[in-house]
Amino acid sequence: MSRYRFRFRRFWAIVAKEFIQMRRDRLTFGMMVGIPLLQLTLFGYAINADPKHLPTAVFCADPGTFGRTLTVGLRNSDYFDVRREAASEAEVERLLRLGEVQFVVHIPVDFTRRVLRGERPALLLQADATDPAATGNAIAAVNQLADRALDRDLKGPLYPLRAHVGPVKLQIHRHYNPEGITQYNIVPGLMGVVLTMTMVIITALAITRERERGTMENLLATPVRPGEVMIGKLVPYIMVGYLQTLLILLAARFLFRVPMRGSLPLLLAFMLLFIAANLAVGITFSTLARNQLQAMQMSFFFFLPSILLSGFMFPFRGMPGWAQGLGEVLPLTHFLRLVRGILLKGNGFLEVWHHAWPIALFTFLLLGIGIRRYRRTLD
Amino acid sequence: MNDASLAIDVRGMTKSFAGHVVVDSIAMRVRRGEIYGFLGPNGSGKTTFLRLLCGLLRPDAGEGTCLGFDVRRQSDEIKRKVGYMTQRFSFYEDLSIEENLDFIARIFEVPGRARAVRESLVRLGLENRRRQLAGELSGGWKQRLALAACLIHRPELLLLDEPTAGVDPKARRDFWEELHELAARGMTVLITTHYMDEAERCHRLAYLAYGRLLAHGTVEEVVGGAGLATWAIAGPDLFGLAQTLRRRDGVEQVVPFGNTLHVSGSNPAALARAVEPLAGRGYRCERVESGLEDVFIRLMSASEDNFP
Repeated sequence: MSRYRFRFRRFWAIVAKEFIQMRRDRLTFGMMVGIPLLQLTLFGYAINADPKHLPTAVFCADPGTFGRTLTVGLRNSDYFDVRREAASEAEVERLLRLGEVQFVVHIPVDFTRRVLRGERPALLLQADATDPAATGNAIAAVNQLADRALDRDLKGPLYPLRAHVGPVKLQIHRHYNPEGITQYNIVPGLMGVVLTMTMVIITALAITRERERGTMENLLATPVRPGEVMIGKLVPYIMVGYLQTLLILLAARFLFRVPMRGSLPLLLAFMLLFIAANLAVGITFSTLARNQLQAMQMSFFFFLPSILLSGFMFPFRGMPGWAQGLGEVLPLTHFLRLVRGILLKGNGFLEVWHHAWPIALFTFLLLGIGIRRYRRTLD
Repeated sequence: MNDASLAIDVRGMTKSFAGHVVVDSIAMRVRRGEIYGFLGPNGSGKTTFLRLLCGLLRPDAGEGTCLGFDVRRQSDEIKRKVGYMTQRFSFYEDLSIEENLDFIARIFEVPGRARAVRESLVRLGLENRRRQLAGELSGGWKQRLALAACLIHRPELLLLDEPTAGVDPKARRDFWEELHELAARGMTVLITTHYMDEAERCHRLAYLAYGRLLAHGTVEEVVGGAGLATWAIAGPDLFGLAQTLRRRDGVEQVVPFGNTLHVSGSNPAALARAVEPLAGRGYRCERVESGLEDVFIRLMSASEDNFP
């Protein structure tokens, strides 16, 4: 046994074969390049977690100046797209119910008069909150907007009133992404999502395919060692993973202008750990799946919680405890923190290390299961 | 018989899966340069036995040598000198003919790889089509490619698992021609098959059922060992006659062969008493040599009775 150690030439034969097969399998190859591009377009351009230009109606019952000022202020904001000026309470109710508008700003009858008296009149904002994510930021924005819009009119003798308008001024400070640009958050995260999706599916398929087509039996009857087959099959996909990373990093830099504050070599080094974690999942699935379809199903079974519970789709801190617990197990959760830490916050090795070890632990555990199961499939 | 002249010499080989014994204490000796046929019904353990020999599976019990190497401990050495051709085509359909041969040559670390691949292509007569994908080949060509790939590292022992299933008669004959040529040059061949004509082309055979070796030897030895007498009967309404004969004493097996019935039994006298009266009723009856097929059908049905 000991005379037949790992042989580079046999390992390299497997690598070369995988590359030929990869080149021939246009569909899978297309998927590997297509998924990053598709997701970049979808998440980078189409999906926006901070929606703006939300349809809005104004019901202005106040004939005075400040009512008009406020209406103009709403029209000028990015968040609101004032489409209607409602004439009655009934119309307000109908617009909301039919979903024609997301917001109705209700300016009461004696608004101007009460502002002048310094009474801090109530400004009613009615929101269609069926999609809270869509309305949250807009509601925050209306606060500041009211203050700012009125400030312009409150000058000269009216100046002292300003103090009364916003005695408790709402302040929002956005760190690392002062303009709240969704892409800064999404695009680095996409690297993790794309790698999770493609690495798991491709490794699970590549190994299951050998067994399904009977070629594994043939391979095992040759002197090639299981380790040579395994590593020989993984190396090409690690390279593909880096290619995908490169593609997304280029897009992040030049299309989305995502700031890159941290060290790129550090990121690429941790990337290897993350790729290894996903390959380990793929190997484990391939030992469980009887055919390629099952391998595909298992991959999606893993992919869904990864994308939903990792903090990529929804804010991690907004999830209930049990969901956070599940999320903490997934490598993607930690990888997202790591990528955002390095790229957006400029974190160094010591600052992101505590995001890396859970991924390493996950990888070792799964690789252990995978290799144990892989050995058993031989017999 | 000394050890050096034996390619395979194993005893007590046993393997079970999930409590079900698939190979049950099989002993086998195969001489070098011999074509050894391996027969038996589907699921009798032929494939599992081949996998035990080439180190794909570890036996639960049993010992012995394959090409002089210990089957339990030296499977790596055995794998280098064995060419194993699986039942299903198990090369890469998305690789070309040349790429497949090259891949196997690299895995076996064949010295002078490029030349070995080229020679193999020439011998196959496929040098013009070497860039064609293996998946596009017809059944007969796939089988030839598989054989060529199994031979590229110049093995001393070929294990062939139903290599001719689904291959046309001409291609089968060419295939056997090649096997005999290889055997003449010293290669040992262990081949499983369901075809009687192929069984008769083997130097020696073994019959396996329910994991047990029921008979082995040359064709003559196997037929003789079965102690079966057989009559061939020709005449009208053979189907009706078969029903009647099956109920008679001394008749153990009635098998239609085209326009004749083969009636067999292990007691020649009793069988003669059952058959001879037919001669007067328009039937032509003659005593014939039992064929391999008569013997195998007999072995198969007897084993069913023994191991339900």
